[in-house]
Amino acid sequence: MPRVLTAVGITKRFNAFTAVADVDFHLDANEAVGIVGPNGAGKTTLLNVLAGSYPPTAGTVTFGGADVSRSNAADRCRLGIARSHQIPRPFGNMTVFENVFVAASMGAGAAREQAYDGSIESLRLCGMLAIANRKAETLGLLDRKRLELARALATGPQILLLDEIGGGLTDAEAAELVTIIRELRGRGIAIVWIEHILHVLLQVVERLVCMDAGRIIAQGVPEEALAHPAVVEAYLGSGVT
Amino acid sequence: MTPAAAVTVHRWNRASIVTMTALGLLVLVLAFGPAIFGATLTDRMTTLFAYVILAAMWNALAGYAGLVSVGQQAFFGLGAYAAVKLSHGGVEVYLALVLAPLIVGVLSLPLSSFALRLRGGEFAIGMWVFAELMHLLVNLDGLVQGETGTSLIALSSFGPDARRAFNYWVALAVMLALVAAVFFLLRSRTGAAIQAIRDSEEAAASIGVRVMATKRLIFVLAATGCAAAGAITLSTLTTFQPKTYFSVQWTAYMIFMTLVGGLGTFEGPIVGAVIFFIVETVFGAQGVWYLIGLGAAALLFSLFLPRGIWGVLTDRFGIALLPVGYRLRFADATKRTES
Ligand SMILES: Nc1ncnc2c1ncn2[C@@H]1O[C@H](COP(=O)(O)OP(=O)(O)OP(=O)(O)O)[C@@H](O)[C@H]1O
Ligand SMILES: [Mg+2]
Repeated sequence: MPRVLTAVGITKRFNAFTAVADVDFHLDANEAVGIVGPNGAGKTTLLNVLAGSYPPTAGTVTFGGADVSRSNAADRCRLGIARSHQIPRPFGNMTVFENVFVAASMGAGAAREQAYDGSIESLRLCGMLAIANRKAETLGLLDRKRLELARALATGPQILLLDEIGGGLTDAEAAELVTIIRELRGRGIAIVWIEHILHVLLQVVERLVCMDAGRIIAQGVPEEALAHPAVVEAYLGSGVT
Repeated sequence: MTPAAAVTVHRWNRASIVTMTALGLLVLVLAFGPAIFGATLTDRMTTLFAYVILAAMWNALAGYAGLVSVGQQAFFGLGAYAAVKLSHGGVEVYLALVLAPLIVGVLSLPLSSFALRLRGGEFAIGMWVFAELMHLLVNLDGLVQGETGTSLIALSSFGPDARRAFNYWVALAVMLALVAAVFFLLRSRTGAAIQAIRDSEEAAASIGVRVMATKRLIFVLAATGCAAAGAITLSTLTTFQPKTYFSVQWTAYMIFMTLVGGLGTFEGPIVGAVIFFIVETVFGAQGVWYLIGLGAAALLFSLFLPRGIWGVLTDRFGIALLPVGYRLRFADATKRTES
């Protein structure tokens, strides 16, 4: 499989604090990679750098063979990098449909009718069609997370960066989410998924990246990565199951 | 699962089609205004058209794009000033009144690069500072003679009735053009992106919205619109004294009309402009108490009726006469939402 995303030597500092330290990361077309690590490990920060939400202190990001290090979040989204937010950021005064419609028309660059179809399709896939006319500010946390996914999806991404969309789900809802993500992979979308709920994550990903204190401490096939001594140590008492 | 065809997107409804038709007829009647209304009412109507523009512009800026400015009088003043300058430079006076706002719109483009970097309160105050600066600069122009001011002398080449009628028609046409521009912009895909930025700039960027370019569009439109209102006001007053035009009171009026009518609803601020117009007509727009009364009313509305008169009506009765949003309709009734 060809490589779609390559990040080399990514460092992100906030003042004196180093949140991500010299991380190399790559993603192949249609691959699914999980990122795990204790709170504050730098997972979200890495995702923000990949998505272009803020520039890295050092390092480069290449997408589809082009250096995108200097392009902003909107341009990267238009190129095919979509993301969800760990803390959902719905457009509260707009309806669920309108939230997704903006993504379909701007992110995917679709003309009006295609944007309608794309939005409806995303909402259907994420099980939100029935509440499409509701104002987003009236949604509960789970629906807000689903809306993050539906919106990201509507941008027509090649790669989808997901940040803890599985937290707080019942077993049935988690199973539904796994089905959705598998469906997306079936459509050729590559996935990067940050998730604390390992048993859900492991149903989808074939590679696991383990982070701690801003660094990748182990990666590879999930069972092997998790068995790595550094990972076992980082997880002692961290409550990850 | 229902097939895709079972879900359709709707924008117009029966009420909005009736409204559009009624508005079309109203415009047709208004077009004969100078023949129907007396001299005083024709002049007052011209003023009302300027108010409707101001309300629609501040609402587009603050209600839809989340850009709260207390410096829109800058463009109001510049619009009038540019008209004076153009006319003085030999441009036909009514052409000058129409060109002036366009020039101000173009000038607002470089300003937007600085102003739109500011957030929230900084933007609001920054715009006020800009307005003060423009006031000072215009005062330096020899043509204006400081606060003594000048006037649109070229207007006196028309008889009073012709002038009154031309003022009215220009104001009516400009108002229709600007309100329609706001309406169709908000209904466009860019309009949805503008509202997304208002609700979460970061999320909007992450789904592909070019935040700066999109904000700039509405900023320039609002600048052009406020300048047009300034030019229209100049046509009715004929005199140009900088402190009258660059006064923060104009922005206070815009805020009042928008908050009372309904911030972030399309129809509300237009209703607010009519209410403001009536209040002004009844209370004579005189004195400190009038301004205090306006301020108090705006404050009470923002505290107790934050969605304004129109917001309450739409919330309670679900009416949308001039809808800018989207509704999904499900052929299968069981899929209907609770809303
Ligand atoms: N904008 C910021 N300014 C300052 N510090 C930040 C900022 N964003 C993140 N940090 C810090 O960087 C570190 C890594 O944060 P990050 O959100 O990437 O962790 P995470 O692995 O996603 O954790 P969690 O599992 O809790 O979401 C934390 O210590 C956090 O406080
Ligand atoms: Mg995180």
